This record gives sequence, structure tokens and C-alpha cells, in this order.
Amino acid sequence: MSNFFEKSDLSRKEAENIISDTLQKCDDGELYLENSKSETILLDDNKIKNSSYNSDLGFGFRAISGEVVAYSHSNEISKDSLKQSSENLKSTLKSVKGSYNHEIPKSNKKYYDNINPIDQKSLNEKIDILNDVNNYLRSKDGNVKQVTANFLGEQKSIEIIRSGGETLSDVRPLIRFNVSVMLEKDGRKETGVYGVGGRQSYDSYLKDDNWKSVCDEALRIATVNLESKPAPAGEMKVVLGPGWPAILIHEAVGHGLEGDFNRKKTSAFHNLMGQRVASEGVTIVDDGTIDNRRGSLTIDDEGTPTEKTVLIENGILKNFMQDRLNARLMNTRSTGSGRRENYRHIVLPRMRNTMMQSGNQTQDEMIRSVDKGIFAVSFGGGQVDITSGKFVFNCTEAYEIVNGKIGSPIKGATLIGDGPSILKEVSMVGNDMMMDPGIGTCGKAGQGVPVGVAQPSILINKMTVGGTKL
Amino acid sequence: MVKEQEFLEKKASYCLGLAKKLGATGSSVVVKNSVSETVNFRNKKLDESNRSDDLGISITTYIGKKKSSISSSNLLNDNLNVLIEKCVETTKNTPEDEFNSLPDRDLLAKKVKDLDLYDDTHIENDQKISYLKKLEDAASHDKKIVNTESSFTQNKSNFVLANTEGFCDGYKTSSFTASSVTVAKDEKSMERDYEYSSKCFLKDLDDADELGKLAADQTIRKLSPQKIGSEKIAIIFDKRIATGILRTFASAISSSAISRGTSFLKDTVNQKIFSDKINVFDKPDMLKGLGSRNFDSEGVKTDTLKLVDQGILKHYLIDTYNGKKLNLKSNGRCGGTSNLYFENGKIDFEDLLNLNSKSLYITETIGHGSNIVTGDYSVGATGFLVENGEFKYPINEITIAGNFKDMFQNITLANDLEFKYATNSPTMLIEGMVVAGK
Repeated sequence: MSNFFEKSDLSRKEAENIISDTLQKCDDGELYLENSKSETILLDDNKIKNSSYNSDLGFGFRAISGEVVAYSHSNEISKDSLKQSSENLKSTLKSVKGSYNHEIPKSNKKYYDNINPIDQKSLNEKIDILNDVNNYLRSKDGNVKQVTANFLGEQKSIEIIRSGGETLSDVRPLIRFNVSVMLEKDGRKETGVYGVGGRQSYDSYLKDDNWKSVCDEALRIATVNLESKPAPAGEMKVVLGPGWPAILIHEAVGHGLEGDFNRKKTSAFHNLMGQRVASEGVTIVDDGTIDNRRGSLTIDDEGTPTEKTVLIENGILKNFMQDRLNARLMNTRSTGSGRRENYRHIVLPRMRNTMMQSGNQTQDEMIRSVDKGIFAVSFGGGQVDITSGKFVFNCTEAYEIVNGKIGSPIKGATLIGDGPSILKEVSMVGNDMMMDPGIGTCGKAGQGVPVGVAQPSILINKMTVGGTKL
Repeated sequence: MVKEQEFLEKKASYCLGLAKKLGATGSSVVVKNSVSETVNFRNKKLDESNRSDDLGISITTYIGKKKSSISSSNLLNDNLNVLIEKCVETTKNTPEDEFNSLPDRDLLAKKVKDLDLYDDTHIENDQKISYLKKLEDAASHDKKIVNTESSFTQNKSNFVLANTEGFCDGYKTSSFTASSVTVAKDEKSMERDYEYSSKCFLKDLDDADELGKLAADQTIRKLSPQKIGSEKIAIIFDKRIATGILRTFASAISSSAISRGTSFLKDTVNQKIFSDKINVFDKPDMLKGLGSRNFDSEGVKTDTLKLVDQGILKHYLIDTYNGKKLNLKSNGRCGGTSNLYFENGKIDFEDLLNLNSKSLYITETIGHGSNIVTGDYSVGATGFLVENGEFKYPINEITIAGNFKDMFQNITLANDLEFKYATNSPTMLIEGMVVAGK
């Protein structure tokens, strides 16, 4: 754990006094301290292109009065700097109210170990694996023209100090290993990308030459795409595979169920609480408590322990995801969903691991039931317009379905749908729920945070496929 | 107050000196400070005030052809000592790459022109608040507007770039940005749109009334959208979307994508990749330009480039590393383009709308559907149906798709270029794309 006051002219006691003094007339607020260390080792074009290390230190001081948030951050943890921030906050907020008594529930549960993944594997070992990846892929297939592989490792230590001196802390490891391969055949180029990661050491994901299976998967996707035909254009049935395609749930409904958009009534879901928003059999949760997952957190960035929040139960909208600010203003409780990219940013309600639960049907049944449609197995990024509810995502591996059978692979196309109605179009839910491999980063208001998704195979009756073949 | 040159230079030379002492044969360092103050409004009331003071340093050390880098926000010498030692150590253990090197000495920028990029004016929060009040009053004049969120940011930055080839320079820049996001509602739909203005100088910022009114009008006209059928149709890209097409072009001609072979524009210099009348410029020395710079992020001088001449690609965007790999000299584009723009076309906006009896006018796209390896393009879109030169009704939940290789050959530009962003385009029409809808 970091001792943030060790090399500072500011003592913990003095900091506590400044915090209590600044926040005494506010509804809420805290001092958030963060120390993160991260590394990137990148192999590209047959060479180690980048070996870099970052160390970041800073604080963010927040005061809230009513709906108004004042925030100030700096890299210098010093008496002057904290006082300057305090002055900034005081000059914005001129409230006279007392402080918000929203007690933080206590929990001793931890969802990952206190490790620094960067130090657990030497630079030379990492470089060796990346070179092995490159040689393995290039020798496996003569069409391989480009290989990119990287390690990203991070350890983030945070501490939250509230008015009165209450202190909460967390140490969060995070790693990611990615492989991207480009094939060229008869003048045509296609790429395949795959990765794994989570809140454990590199070796937890790479033991027993597991890096080979990551390479194989990237190569398989690229090989499929090399044979792909132009995608169809228009409305049709769509079968989604299990796991990572749940990014659809994340975009289509997840963002629309975040507390801030609903408090402000700018989400297409804001007036649908307690109503049917999905077919019967559709249950979606947002869970921060799964061991070692990319989206898991022991406490959120306001100190609230995370939980498993039921968003949609059997088709009925049950809960929004809340941070303290939006929970207070909406007369409910925080769901432990308050997150920020780092100390430079204010807290927002965000997703953790968003998961659709299993149903009873098989993927086979779904495909057999479709005369004309597509089967989407993997996706790149997605995006949503919260207000209109329209969302998109890009297929990176997809096939046509013709007369109940999987046909040719199709080129990367965008799928577009309507968030509030898409889940009512779900007509079959599979029995094969799967987590994604640990690769997701969600962007909101310029802040990226690690997230997870999971789902079984599902059949959607109607979506628009954005291909070029009419 | 943003840190002065002297402080940044001192830190930079400390780092270069220490790296050398520890065994680096060459190194470069960037020290930056950026101070921003933002006020956010929502529904005519103060919502958030935010002050950020960001310091950052990044150091790259070389030992022969070996290279590694570190970055940190902690500029205390204690911390820098640890990090630079780690950096040099990592460099020793990183394999050689024959193309690694600092920029050639003769390409480094010599004299630095004043491009008028810094306004010393400080706008107090109270003044920001009165600007935003005016803006939100104008934005909410119509009852259909149910939510307004707007923001005013002042940013002052300073930086120094130094390397062991003798380069040491930097300068202050400023920006003042106001934006407004509005939500409109009717019985059938809820829609969101925005408008914004960003300038180096406070006095050049758009009028608050106009900005608010524009945001509201652009949102209200999107209400009660329809979905159209799938068909091949001419697409007109609003200026704010057309810039995205130009940015994709820029990433496809970056020397890194070219040298790695991962661009659909590989080996196309001196080939005709756009229609005849298209000219593309990248001009770094525009006064007050939002993308203006005196040198690139390696210190290399940056001249104006005519990237595309009468449809023919003339240059890639080259940095030192990829230049050496491609056997080309850096043209000062490490870090990308500066003020990149399509030269004006020949016809008026109205005539562009009238070129086809039916076309789609796109105001927003969503999704990450540009693939620079294959040139395939497929994104979600919202906009308007245009018939006989007139806006008929709003459209949403459609996608537009094509391949850039074909799209570039079928571009017609209007003559309404303005310099609102760092990358700018006149209104753009592209024939032959496919819309997927019902």
C-alpha cells in the first residue's frame, strides 16, 4: 500500500483537518489519492517497438452541495496544493447545509490479491514470450504479414479520506495480453485480434503455454475473415454467440441504466422503472464481486463496497446503477458503481461486469429457427446515443444464416438497434452463459474504465445489419 | 498559473544530464504543464466546477540502437532519479532496433515563429457563469427543449521538448472552449444534439446566444425521426462529420501504417486516390490555428504539405523511426497532422443539395466502423432525407457503408470551408454508398 504522506510536507492529520474544514458545510465529498504504476511492452513488425513505464501520483478533492460538484486535482501532494484546491472548492460552493449522512457499509471481502503484476515477471521473460508469439504465428501460417503483441500491466493504489477522517483504501492489479495478426492472400488483407486479462498476475493467464491459444484464436479469426463476403444490408434475425457479444447488452441497455442519465431524465429508460423492458426470461445483473475479473472492484472509487446489482429481472426493470451523488438525489442507495478513470476525473456511475443470465435453449435451436439472418460471434467496439436509445456495434467475426444453417463468413458490418426495444425482441436465451476473456474498456465522458461482460447465446428477432449487399 | 519556461527547461536538462551520467548515449524529454478551469451548467444552474493542474514528464533513453521510455506526473528529483535509472536499465535489456534514433540534426526546427497561439487573458468563473447563463437562456427558448448541459473551459499549457542533439524549445498555448448539449422531446421521441466553439483567443469565441440557439435548433429538427429502406443513395456529410473522413485518410497515410503494411493506401504515392478536383493541405503555421505548431513532437521542422494534388497522393505523414524504415526523410509529422483540410470545392452548399433528386444528409455517425487495413467503412448514422434540394424529414437507426477506396473517388466538395477544428472539410457529397435501414 502507498503511504501518500511519506514524502510530503503535509501530514495525514493536517490533510484530515483541511478535508473536514472544506467539507463541513457540504452534502458530500472526499479526498481521493492515487498512485499508479503501469507498463507497456509491445512487439510489432518483428521487433520490440516499445518498452515503457509510467508512474502517476495525484489527488482529486471533491465537494458536493445539492446537485453542484466542485472538483480540483493536482499532481503535487503538498500543503500548498491541497490548500489551493480547498480554496477553489470553497469559492464555488456557498452552501450552509450540514453533511450528508450516507454511511458506507463495511465489508471485509476482497476480490483480488494485493500484488504488483509488473514485478512478478521480469522484462526479459516478457520479451521472450512476445518473440515466441511472433515466431509461432509466422511459422504457423505463410500468409501472416504482420504480428502485434503486447503486455499491459498496472498496479493502482487508492485511498479515500472523508470528512471526519474515515479512510478507505484498495490496491488493484490489472493485466492484459493482446495479440493481433494480419494475413494477406491474393492481395486481400484481414486482421484477427484476441486477448486475455484480469486482476491477477501475468502467469495466471499465460501458464502452460496458454499464450499459444490466444495466438490460435487471433489467427483463426483472421483466417475466417480472409474468406468473408460482403455483408447483407437491411433488417433481419440475428443470433449472438456467448461471451464477448454481450457488449451489445452493455451498449444497448447498460449505459441507459446508469443513475446520472436517469436523474437528469436524458436516458430513454428514465420513466420505465418497474416496467417490462425485455422479454420474459431475460435477467441482467451488473456484478462487481466476481473474483479477479477485469470489471470487479473490492470498493468503488467512493469507498462503497461493490455488489451484484439486479438491473432487469425476468424482463422487468428493477434498478439503476448508482454512485453516491445520484443515489442521494434520487432517494436511493449507492450500488457501489461510482467509478473514475483516475484522480484527474470526477466520479460517475459506471458498469462493472454486466451479465445476462442463462436460459434454457441451445445455440443450435436458435440457428435452426432462422431462415435468413446472421450469426455474430465476435465484436469490436460499440457506441450508444443514450437519449435516442440507438446503439451500434461492429462485427469482427460473423456468418450468414441460410435456411437454418451457418453459411459463409461476412465482412465486418455495423449492427444498429434501439436500446429500449431490442431486449423485447429477444426470443430465445441460451443455456451457455460465458464471461468475456477480460479485454473490455468502457468510455464515458472521456473516461475509460475496465469492464467485463457475459451472456449466453441469444436470438434477436429483428436488427438492422449495415452491410453493402442489397 | 501555468509553469514558466525556465522551470520546465531546468527539469528537462536535469533529466538529459542524469540519463547521460547513467549511460544513455542519447535521450529526449518532454516536460508539460497544463492548467484548466471548467464550469458546467445544467438547466440554467451551476452543476460543476473543475480545476485541474497537470504536470507530466516523459523521457526516452537510447543506448546505441536500444530504446526505452518512462513517464510520470511526479516531478520531484527523488522520483525522477529512480525512474531514469529504471529507464536506462530497461533500455540495456531491450533488444536493438536498427531504425531507432533521435531525429537528424539538420531536420530539427531552427527558429521558432510566433504563431499567436497564446492569449494571456484570464476569464474568472463568474464571467464563465454569465456566458453560460446567456447561452442556456438562448438554448431553452423553445418548450421542446427539456434538458440543457453546457460547459466553458479555459486551458493554458506550456511545454518544453529537449534532446541530446541540442534541441530545446517550447511555447505556451491557450484555448477557450464553450459547448452546449441539448435534449428535445416530443410525443414520439427524445433527441440530443450539440454545438461548440473552441478558440485560442477568448475574444474570438462564438457569441453565447448564437451557440445556444444553434444547439437547440439542431436538436429540435431531429425530433420524430423515421427509418428508411435499404438502398444505394448519395450521402452528404455535414462538415462536422466530413472531418472524420479526412482524419481516417490521415491515419491511412501515416508512415507507421504504411511501413507496417496495414493501410489500404500502402504504395499509393503518386497515384490518383481521390477524384480529380480534390486537394488536401496540412498547414502547420496558420496564425491562431487549433492544430498549429512550430515543430513536431520530435522537434523536427514542419513545412506546409500539399498531401493531395488534383486527386494524386503526394506525401505520407513521416516521423523519424518509420521514415528510416521506409528510407524517407521525416517531414515533421510525428504526432500526426497539424491544420489538415480539404481545399474548397467549386459549388455552393445549395447546389450540392440539388445535385441528386434524393440524397441523405448525415449530421452524426456512431460506432468505430472505419477499417484502415481494408478500407471498409460501416457506421450508424442520423440525419435528414433531402429531396430536390429540400430537407424533408429526420432519419435515424440506419447505417451507411462503403469502402474508402471507392468513396474517395466519388467525393464532391462544396465551397463552404471554415476553420472550426484542427481538421476541417467543406460539406462533402459521396455517391454510391449503401444505406441499410428497414
